[in-house]
Amino acid sequence: MADRAYRAAPADTLRIEPLGELTAIFDRRSMQTHLVVSPVPEILDAMGADACTPAHVAERLAALFDMESAEEAQPILAERLSELAAMGLVERA
Amino acid sequence: MRHSARIAVGPVQFRIGSDWAGPVAALERLYAAYPQDDMRPADATVRLFAARPWRRWLRPSVHIGGDFIVPGALPLPLSMGLLAAEMGMNLQVALGWRRHLLLHASAVARDGRALIMSGESGSGKSTLAALLGEDDWRLMGDEFTLIDPAGGDAFAFPRAVSLKNEAIAEVAARVDPARLGPLLAGTPKGDIRHLIPRADAVAAMHAPARPALLLFPRFGGAAGIEPMGEGEAFVRLTEASTNYVALGEAGFAALTRMVRETPAFGITYPDSAAGIALVEELWAEAAR
Repeated sequence: MADRAYRAAPADTLRIEPLGELTAIFDRRSMQTHLVVSPVPEILDAMGADACTPAHVAERLAALFDMESAEEAQPILAERLSELAAMGLVERA
Repeated sequence: MRHSARIAVGPVQFRIGSDWAGPVAALERLYAAYPQDDMRPADATVRLFAARPWRRWLRPSVHIGGDFIVPGALPLPLSMGLLAAEMGMNLQVALGWRRHLLLHASAVARDGRALIMSGESGSGKSTLAALLGEDDWRLMGDEFTLIDPAGGDAFAFPRAVSLKNEAIAEVAARVDPARLGPLLAGTPKGDIRHLIPRADAVAAMHAPARPALLLFPRFGGAAGIEPMGEGEAFVRLTEASTNYVALGEAGFAALTRMVRETPAFGITYPDSAAGIALVEELWAEAAR
């Protein structure tokens, strides 16, 4: 679970609009609107088009943000990724 | 059907058919001054019909039909035929309209800019719009506001205003009685009386207005203003829209643009005078 790899939905399938503290994401494939908060937009952004394990995502986020410990973030990221997979915003690579 | 009428409200051309003369005559009186264009194809059809032919005479009750139906909706007694017609018109627009993003919201305009008020039934959005429409605002609609998905402008749907309960006396005290419909007492929504919008509001019903202020009124409690973030306004408006999902990305784009470009506030107010004062205060800032 913790080292399961995911790939973000292709960039052209999502329309991402930050609206203050919320970010609205329209998925052109499912026609669904998702409302998310930080760090979800950051996670999707950090994944780019690559297959990423929670460790990869943690590493990339740590390079962009001031994170105390990328290692401690991994189980949280694993949870977020599995939630994003349930929403259809990422899929297992 | 035995009796029928054509009514144009904003961009929507209705064809209304009824088994009885009464509801159609009542509608024709409320909408007598609206522009008529019988050559235009109907966008929505409303049918008021008797459950079984003999029910037309014996304890008549009105079923609402049309392009869209709500299964299991209870029939109304014939004395509420006008309410049934209004509900039918609302239903056809709410479920069938695709050319605009439809918001369950009232709206008034001034200087080509729109104030849009969204709220649950009982929030007072309809009463506030009706009262503002008697001042120097143009009433755009008390129930639905249409947003052009491409340009973002608001379009009016100035149906006859449905005044409920306490709002009836409040508005009746200020308008020519000729502009009021019959009192429909004891409907499932309480007492209802329709108000014919002012002639200038009907004449301008095709004129777009740029959204300039979004309010989410709540009747009751001390007067208060709460600024609302873009995200919350977006969520509330998706909930207030009857066709957001059907419009897909066009609806998403229209709403994200609207909440970004339009300041939004929640307001609470103890009475109409206080509500109007809050509206004018916020408008003075938004329209600057």
